[in-house]
Amino acid sequence: MGMLAFRVSLALPARLANLKDQFYINFIADDRYMYLVRGLWMTLRITFFAVLLGIALGVVAAIIRSTYDKNVDDMRPGIGKAILKILNAIVKLYLTIIRGTPVVVQLMITYYVIFQSSTNTMLVAVLAFGINSGAYVAEIIRSGIMSIDNGQFEAGRSLGFNYIQTMWYIIIPQALKNVLPALANEFIVLVKETSVSGYVGIMDLTRGGDVIRSRTFVAFMPLLAVAGIYLIIVIIFSKLVSVMERRLRNSER
Amino acid sequence: MSADLEKNDVIISVKNLAKHYKNKKTEIHALDGITTDIRRGEVLVIIGPSGSGKSTFLRSLNLLERPTEGTITFEGVDITAPETDINKLRQKMGMVFQHFNLFPHLTIMDNMTLAPRKLLNMSREDAEAKALELLARVGLQDRADAYPSQLSGGQKQRIAIVRALCMSPDVLLFDEPTSALDPEMVGEVLDVMKALAKTGMTMAVVTHEMGFAKEVGTRVIFMDEGVIVEEGTPNEIFDNPKNERLQAFLAKVL
Repeated sequence: MGMLAFRVSLALPARLANLKDQFYINFIADDRYMYLVRGLWMTLRITFFAVLLGIALGVVAAIIRSTYDKNVDDMRPGIGKAILKILNAIVKLYLTIIRGTPVVVQLMITYYVIFQSSTNTMLVAVLAFGINSGAYVAEIIRSGIMSIDNGQFEAGRSLGFNYIQTMWYIIIPQALKNVLPALANEFIVLVKETSVSGYVGIMDLTRGGDVIRSRTFVAFMPLLAVAGIYLIIVIIFSKLVSVMERRLRNSER
Repeated sequence: MSADLEKNDVIISVKNLAKHYKNKKTEIHALDGITTDIRRGEVLVIIGPSGSGKSTFLRSLNLLERPTEGTITFEGVDITAPETDINKLRQKMGMVFQHFNLFPHLTIMDNMTLAPRKLLNMSREDAEAKALELLARVGLQDRADAYPSQLSGGQKQRIAIVRALCMSPDVLLFDEPTSALDPEMVGEVLDVMKALAKTGMTMAVVTHEMGFAKEVGTRVIFMDEGVIVEEGTPNEIFDNPKNERLQAFLAKVL
């Protein structure tokens, strides 16, 4: 008992000194912290543009799917109905493939197969993650559109708005508000999913930490730092969303 | 465009309107051959038991329901023709719904000015000036910045009426405008409708308010099982009903 206590008390300052050394080696020496800074910047840029692409794709796909579900039975045969059927089939195929395969495989296919000679790897990642996210966003927004009372739709049409205008001015704003928590969750997932970017040689946050590990042969600190940074991003983002939600709710009271 | 229309000119002409659809193998005839004209300045009141097709008829007039047979001509244009731009025509046919259908994400002012600004290209100032004037007419000018959820049912329906008026329609369609209201709020909505009728607005009203039909209606249509069973002036319909079904209906509701 006494021996053990003695050893711990001796070991503690030694360990602290060790931690200090580790910190120095991993982050300060050769400005290694810059791997994390540059990686974080890359992760944020990929996520930001992928989110934009995902929302754009998701809204379009959701409008096509819900238009089909709501109207196809009442439509007269003709070119409009044929186009809607084709668009709906394309969107369904898109959702099935994207949701049925792993994102890292999609990323590698985008990089190695579709853009074989591309040097702009960030663009490849934005496309891959944006297209992936769009499939999930589409189903979230579709559920939002379907949750809006049909009377809203009829009111818009009765004023003279066409289908797309009614969607844009009346249905989509209400649908987005209803699905905001689900959308926020999707983007939290997306931030973390970009951590597989290293598979195609992108220096994102995760890869940055990994590079430090390969230089210093110490895994503990760089990887914990990486995990901590993701955690902070997600916490900040969640906070922003809950503030936004509260403000949207208050605007109607 | 409506200036050249004289009073009593036919605004909407309905010929042999029918809507049939299949529901679990049984063929349903929601409308079964309706023919009538709506004239400028007229207040047409449509009454009948539930399921008689009166709402379907009214909603066909601006194609919220698509009829399966027959034609509807609005200001000389066949709106049932596939090449007709129904969106353009709907701007001239306002509609008021049973459940108000105000846009909950917009203020009262934005509810009223959205369509004039986007569809008629009115400037924000002009659209808001017009909206304020209309709000004053229904006594709600101080609620312009409120959201629909902050209003009572009666207030919502008054807003819904002036929202339709912001588009300066030639005809207003009312689909059971007081049916979703608490009894004490029915009067305020009917008062707005009465005042509107006095200005010469052409109105088609589906309602259960027989008092309103008698007092304001210029013509009453009684529908049952998808057809017009009897039509005439309020006096003819309420004081001297000829058809048995109408007599039975009036005995129940009066």
